[in-house]
Amino acid sequence: MKTWHKTIKEVAGSLVIIEKVQDVAYEEVVEVKDAEGNLRKGRVLEVHNDTAVVQLFTGTQGLDTKDAQAAFLGETLKFGVSEHMLGRVFTGAGDIKDGGPEIIADKYLDINGAPINPGMRDFPDQFIQTGISTIDGLNALVRGQKLPIFSGAGLPHSELAAQIAQQAAAVSVDADQNVQKSDEKFAVIFAAMGVTFEEAQFFIDSFESTGAMENAAVFVNTADDPIVERITLPRLALTLGEYLAFEKDMHVLVIMTDMTNYADGLREISASRKEIPGRRGYPGYMYTDLATMYERAGLIQGRKGSLTQVPILTMPDDDKQHPIPDLTGYITEGQIMVDRTLHNQGVYPPVQPIGSLSRIKVDKKATREDIAAVQDQMSASYAKGREIKELALILGESALSDTDRAYMKFATEFEKHYITQGRGENRSIIDTLNLSWELLSILPVKELKKVKPEFIEKYGNR
Amino acid sequence: MVTGTIIKVSGPLVVATGMDGAKMYDVVKVGHQKLMGEIIELRGGDASIQVYEETTGMKVGEPVESTGEPLSIELGPGLLSSGLFDGILRPLNVIAQKAEEQGLHSGYIPRGVQIPSLDREIKWHFTPTVKDGDSVVAGDILGTVQETELIEHKIMVPYGVSGEVSGISEGDYTVTEDIAKVGETPVQLMHRWPVRVARPRKEKLLPKTPLVTQQRIVDTFFPVPKGGAACVPGPFGAGKTVIQQQLAKWSDAQVVIYVGCGERGNELTDILVEFPHLKDPKSGRPLMERTLVIANTSNMPIAAREASVYTGITLAEYYRDMGYDVAMMADSTSRWAEAMREMSGRLEEMPGEEGYPAYLGSRISAFYERAGAITCIGSEKRRGSATIVAAVSPPGGDLSEPVSQATLKVTKAYWGLDASLAAKKHFPSIHWLNSYSLYGKQVEDYFVKEAGADWPELRDLAMEILQKESELDDIIKLVGLDALSAEEKVLLDTARGLREDYLQQNAFDDIDAFASTRKMYLMIKAMMTFHREAIKLVRQTPDLDVSKISELDIRDRIARLKQTPESEIESVVELIENIPSALATVAEAEAGDFGINKTVNGM
Repeated sequence: MKTWHKTIKEVAGSLVIIEKVQDVAYEEVVEVKDAEGNLRKGRVLEVHNDTAVVQLFTGTQGLDTKDAQAAFLGETLKFGVSEHMLGRVFTGAGDIKDGGPEIIADKYLDINGAPINPGMRDFPDQFIQTGISTIDGLNALVRGQKLPIFSGAGLPHSELAAQIAQQAAAVSVDADQNVQKSDEKFAVIFAAMGVTFEEAQFFIDSFESTGAMENAAVFVNTADDPIVERITLPRLALTLGEYLAFEKDMHVLVIMTDMTNYADGLREISASRKEIPGRRGYPGYMYTDLATMYERAGLIQGRKGSLTQVPILTMPDDDKQHPIPDLTGYITEGQIMVDRTLHNQGVYPPVQPIGSLSRIKVDKKATREDIAAVQDQMSASYAKGREIKELALILGESALSDTDRAYMKFATEFEKHYITQGRGENRSIIDTLNLSWELLSILPVKELKKVKPEFIEKYGNR
Repeated sequence: MVTGTIIKVSGPLVVATGMDGAKMYDVVKVGHQKLMGEIIELRGGDASIQVYEETTGMKVGEPVESTGEPLSIELGPGLLSSGLFDGILRPLNVIAQKAEEQGLHSGYIPRGVQIPSLDREIKWHFTPTVKDGDSVVAGDILGTVQETELIEHKIMVPYGVSGEVSGISEGDYTVTEDIAKVGETPVQLMHRWPVRVARPRKEKLLPKTPLVTQQRIVDTFFPVPKGGAACVPGPFGAGKTVIQQQLAKWSDAQVVIYVGCGERGNELTDILVEFPHLKDPKSGRPLMERTLVIANTSNMPIAAREASVYTGITLAEYYRDMGYDVAMMADSTSRWAEAMREMSGRLEEMPGEEGYPAYLGSRISAFYERAGAITCIGSEKRRGSATIVAAVSPPGGDLSEPVSQATLKVTKAYWGLDASLAAKKHFPSIHWLNSYSLYGKQVEDYFVKEAGADWPELRDLAMEILQKESELDDIIKLVGLDALSAEEKVLLDTARGLREDYLQQNAFDDIDAFASTRKMYLMIKAMMTFHREAIKLVRQTPDLDVSKISELDIRDRIARLKQTPESEIESVVELIENIPSALATVAEAEAGDFGINKTVNGM
């Protein structure tokens, strides 16, 4: 039986302070009823003696301190999950948004999850082919990894993410260098926080047009939806993801966009709680908060599934040192940099290899033996080529040695043929590697210090 | 025993009233679930408690019970053989079993699990080294237990105990069974120690032996001694973790304590999966047998993260006291500092710089001072050392922030990682011009003895070349390469060789991942000999085309020296001998060319 308390003392921002309550638990779910009888949900942020600080998931507009009432539901926030959630669209509160039928939950899970036991993690090294050379060939994504896309306002990160979602597949390469796609169960979970309606619709349309929607669950919180839902939304998405991955043996890819909106939401709520602000006003615990989401990616021993994350964030003013990309970079296992200069040159996808990184090395046996060496060689050679190009701008090309000129040519060809590819072009890892060797043949053999001589002989086109 | 009642719950901070008589830093059991916590503030009868586990669902009115003991860990056989613990030394593998038994998902850490660090069932074979009637003092060794093939666990007389040994005999004991009496005190294989208190030592010594890391840039230019402290600050993606892991793998420490403090779970898995397969070069045993991992990943409770660094250093001191050389890797101390900041914020303490508590600096220095080469307590003059290598993760890579600054004050070796080097895939991305080690002179004798008398000279020449290169780079950017003299061009070529073929070291390559002191010496000797000879040559023949020198086959062989396996390394001696004659061929060819040119010009 619900007990309604009429003791709301304060309403501020998204917070409500309720007095004279008893037996209230930290993180307990609360219902607040306004004078008209409309219900809103919230959770307990702090209890002190008989006072509870409650954060409402929807706004506090229309609440008063005289007639509004609150009831404590005696349970912490749980989210009902089921395999039938694939193919459906939800709000940031976990309610059905597509007008379809109710879903019967198979299990109710705490949306904050529990930390994966470090001793029970399995090491991720299984290659996911995204079909994009700058990712597969230079900074490969593996199952169980968290690899964010660092982008800027106005750059085509959404197109890139949609292309990854469509093309991503675990593959293996056989002795004759044929690429085989695995036929294991997979799912894509798309979490959109504070995005515009158009952006959300772009993803839904792209999933629908390619038939990927039946394996996708979409959570949408648009720019005008409540801020608090922006905080719960990725947790709902990840809770479903963990359920599908570690209880239903699926390979789950979670795409989260835009983490910048999430962090701004976190800051807004922190400010309303009058917490001591850290850098640029973001709360001091933002690292831990982001980590409790990003660390939910992984593999677990004895479970077949995997949870891979591709969070997208737009760096304010393209600044990599802004707290959001900075803290993200410290938690995630690398980053894919989307670059404005390349974009302005008309290069798609404008992934800048310099600054992009994937910390996890793929299993060489399952792809091709030269993959890691070629990755290093290509990145290093391109970095060098770009440096020489800059030097040539100052000194003129005539001041360059033959080797330098070869590097310049390499950098130009690399941008034209390697980085650039079509929006629907799905390059196999073998195609990417062969293309790499073709480009490396521009350089003198002596310059290829990061690849073993055997590889040069075997694949080098020389 | 003091028992109180919860009056406030706010995240990991719980306030309880009625705690009169409880002591600061006492461990308490919080709520019906008996979650572990620690008292961090006392006001009258109200105690503020940091709780090591999630407090979701906890209510006002639940009981809090003090154990009357500060946060302590169990020290005894079974630490290294178990290998993996969380920040408050709970064995993670046993937690997984417990979860499974309780019908929970074994992949996650459930709340409120209470298990001792050391297995109570295992019987360890104890061999005494003293006999009944012997008189011993604290720190003396009573006997040994072969904990892993690599490590003999020495059972020491606990602190504060001394007297005559009685009832000691060889046999199989669990960690809690009495093995002997010292005076009137029964002694077991295990004892407890409060983590926030440094273990006593007789004397601190000036560390003089380097921790041989087998990483070229570290051993050559920025060495750290056994008992020293080094810090590795760098922006994300610069390779802090890889360096720490390389040291854990290849350094000549006898015991390695690796603390993953608020970092990535997958990286720790890397260690746990890889180390059992890697062999200790000396004994051929798996590296895991000397490695203990404390895993408190970024999503695990922050209060336990705060404790994890102390747990780690206490373990390091414990093995140090047995007479071992221990290396502790802490990745990353910034996360530890952030945990302090979060708790300080919740206590509503007056914040210092960037919200960190004002006591940040003193906590950091107190931690690093627990490193050291020491003479152990006890009657024999046993020596041991604990080395700290700590990563720092400054926001935005900006070292002016409080954690980096407080760390730089107390660590004497600084390996500064550079984002632009990392972007060029120059790894390890330790920048040779920014980094320093104040231990250089202290450990020089060792390298002179082990490597060669000319080691300091070769090393200084190499550093001089690298410094000169950066000066010349500025000139080239203004006026171009053509403005340089032949000598300067040779120097640039050598510098490039040093950067690419010596300083860079591929952690993921089977051969290049480590280099013995001998290999380093021969490599740098070859490079410097080539440099000196080339300089000599261009001085003799001023019009020489320098590119001819860099195109020499022997130059290419020097560049690929890092790919020479340790077993074939002596072949480099011959290569070095051949350098002068190889260079002479350039001079001869040039003389020939010159003749032809003359004729052409003459036509």
